[in-house]
Amino acid sequence: MSGLLRSGKREFFDASHAHPKSRTRGVNSTAARTSAFAPVRIPTLLIFAALVLLPQALYAARISELTDTSLTERAVRFFTFQDPSLRFALLGSVLLGICCGLMGSFLVVRKLALMSDALSHAVLPGVALGFLWNMSKDPVAIFIGATIAGLLGAGLVQAIRSTTKHKEDAALGFVLASFFAVGACLVTMIQNLPDGNKSGLDKFMFGQAAALGRADVILLGIVAVVTVVIVLLFYKEFLVTSFDAAFASSGGIPAQIFHYVLMVLLAFAIVSSLQAVGVVLVAAMLVIPAAAAYLLTDRFGWMLILAAAFGVATGAMGSFLSFVGRNLPTGPLMVLAATAVFIAALLFGPRHGVLAKWWRQRSQSARIGRENMLKAMYHLLEGENFRGETIPIRELAEARREPIEDVTKSVAKLRAHGLVSFSSDHKAAVFTPDGWKRACEIVRNHRLWELYLTHAANYAVDHVHEDAEKIEHILGEDTVRQLEKRLNYAHQDPHGKLIPGHQDIYGKGPVRQGAR
Amino acid sequence: MDGETPLEVHDLSVAYHKKPVLYGIDLAVPAGKLIGIVGPNGAGKSTFIKAVMGLLPLSSGWVKVYGKSYRENCRRVGYVPQRESVDWDFPVNVMDVVLMGRYGRLRLGQRPGAKDREVARECLEKVHMLPYAKRQIGNLSGGQQQRVFLARALAQESDLYLMDEPFVGVDAATESAIVTLLRELKERGKTVLVVHHDLSSAKEYFDMLMLLNMRLVAFGPTAEVFTPEKLQTTYGGRLTILSEVVQTIGTVEK
Repeated sequence: MSGLLRSGKREFFDASHAHPKSRTRGVNSTAARTSAFAPVRIPTLLIFAALVLLPQALYAARISELTDTSLTERAVRFFTFQDPSLRFALLGSVLLGICCGLMGSFLVVRKLALMSDALSHAVLPGVALGFLWNMSKDPVAIFIGATIAGLLGAGLVQAIRSTTKHKEDAALGFVLASFFAVGACLVTMIQNLPDGNKSGLDKFMFGQAAALGRADVILLGIVAVVTVVIVLLFYKEFLVTSFDAAFASSGGIPAQIFHYVLMVLLAFAIVSSLQAVGVVLVAAMLVIPAAAAYLLTDRFGWMLILAAAFGVATGAMGSFLSFVGRNLPTGPLMVLAATAVFIAALLFGPRHGVLAKWWRQRSQSARIGRENMLKAMYHLLEGENFRGETIPIRELAEARREPIEDVTKSVAKLRAHGLVSFSSDHKAAVFTPDGWKRACEIVRNHRLWELYLTHAANYAVDHVHEDAEKIEHILGEDTVRQLEKRLNYAHQDPHGKLIPGHQDIYGKGPVRQGAR
Repeated sequence: MDGETPLEVHDLSVAYHKKPVLYGIDLAVPAGKLIGIVGPNGAGKSTFIKAVMGLLPLSSGWVKVYGKSYRENCRRVGYVPQRESVDWDFPVNVMDVVLMGRYGRLRLGQRPGAKDREVARECLEKVHMLPYAKRQIGNLSGGQQQRVFLARALAQESDLYLMDEPFVGVDAATESAIVTLLRELKERGKTVLVVHHDLSSAKEYFDMLMLLNMRLVAFGPTAEVFTPEKLQTTYGGRLTILSEVVQTIGTVEK
């Protein structure tokens, strides 16, 4: 009987897994279409990729809940989306993701990330006192108590900073630890009371999304709406006071007031997220999605949107994993999901990502290799006084002190870039017009720079070659024009070699006739 | 007292942690002048302009801008803070920063519109930074960053400008661009106060000088104020630069 049930279950699993996949594909193609108009295409794709996780989380989370009920009931629940505890958990996670993402962005750009840690620990005594108010887990009482405790903590940090010689880090450390200690004592005392172990206060440490009730979600909803509306309404003020508070104040925008508004919104975000994420890790839900967004964009508006999207995705992932893992604490799982997003941003970010940097470095060193080969070819032609046009591979190999096979490969790469062509027997190379132009430019850059160093910067003639070897690849045309002008359009470098001029490079023939 | 004096300061004193930084400054700045604020390190030059704008609490005295309190007339004042005072990795581009110059003119919650963007573009053009409008501000040289700050101040379309060390750490091209800009502002009847650290160029750049060392040592036309005795008093004789500069003045004036 039980075996039968189990196999039935497996079928159900498989069937439902197929469904989210097809759904995923649909969302993906929307993402591709939508990204066409977006100014930051890759971050946009990432948002959608993150959002794709959501439906999967939804379906899979339901599955784990369904194991204890009958098949028909499961089917009904599945299709009517009526399981309240799951609905509350997911909705709550999504809402807290929005709040935390938005507030976290402000913390990151204002360098207040540690403030969120202190605030989140400081709220714990407030949670306990809120519970003691009428000996129940009344979300409103806990919200009020925790907010007051949090703001008290923030005020205390401010007071320590302005009245003692301690700086912010010491003040934060002190407030974080002492408030948390008081809170931990109070929570333990409550749990030692008769019926205290049913209080559910222990869930406030590491969070349990499954414990979210209707009132919790309504509270989160209100906080999310208030946060979004205030951020949208006063975006301009928040932007300028975050970037340059003194300038904002000088122009009549009260930076201090907006700072306090942010702190209050931050306290709201922390307090309303406590039940789901827990006191210990809520700071990470604030900082990590925002830190990931910071790596992906150079515009603050986009950072807010990305951070909120990451917050939503990681919140949903965390509560999903918590369901699958049967009451694993939600907070750590959300933070792990957020960390995964952060690492992905760190690796795959289009501009600041590790991979993108590596790729840029690689393509640059490949370009430098090509240009050095072109330069060697130029030198060979120059050694013949530009009488011929073909460069034997063997001579090139001798000049480069490399095996013929390697040089042939390098020349083949040059050909792939349209810079040279092979002679019919593949034993010699000939410049294409593009290749000749580039070779002249490189030689010109090198010699101009040598001349500049010896003339204008008083370097000794034997000290300039190595520097020019690097500079030749990165000099822009503007700088070259300036150098030429500064050096009076000189024809000879410090070693007496000719500097290709504008006419030689961009004029007609590929060969400069006769040295002077 | 009247509405035509750009800046009037009476008995202004500022203290940090009860340690006085500025004492009893009295000053009436005439309109349409380029004024350099000069003094040694720690003389309170930046403190002075911050105190004028109400960014620091005064321990005594008052400030009037065009005859009214600073707060009432803050729209008529443009400000260029020190370049190091902000985080240049902040996720904004050049255009975003210049648009901030328009924020003071907008209502609470109102976003900058097409006209504000046009003004911002014009201001960027004046400092030759329009091609960089979409650059993230961290990808600019020091001189370019300073020009962005100047463009932001220009976008404020003010009558009185307060600039904190705009010449620090900029290249020669930016320095001459700033000087041209200052002269242009003056020709349009604006008043500009510039905190300046370089005595040798101060004489050349400014119509009037304000010599400051915790108290106002002298304020007046450059020719009258830039004398060995007054500079000596300002710098307290402890600076070698001073004796050098004083010597060069001596040779020039003979």
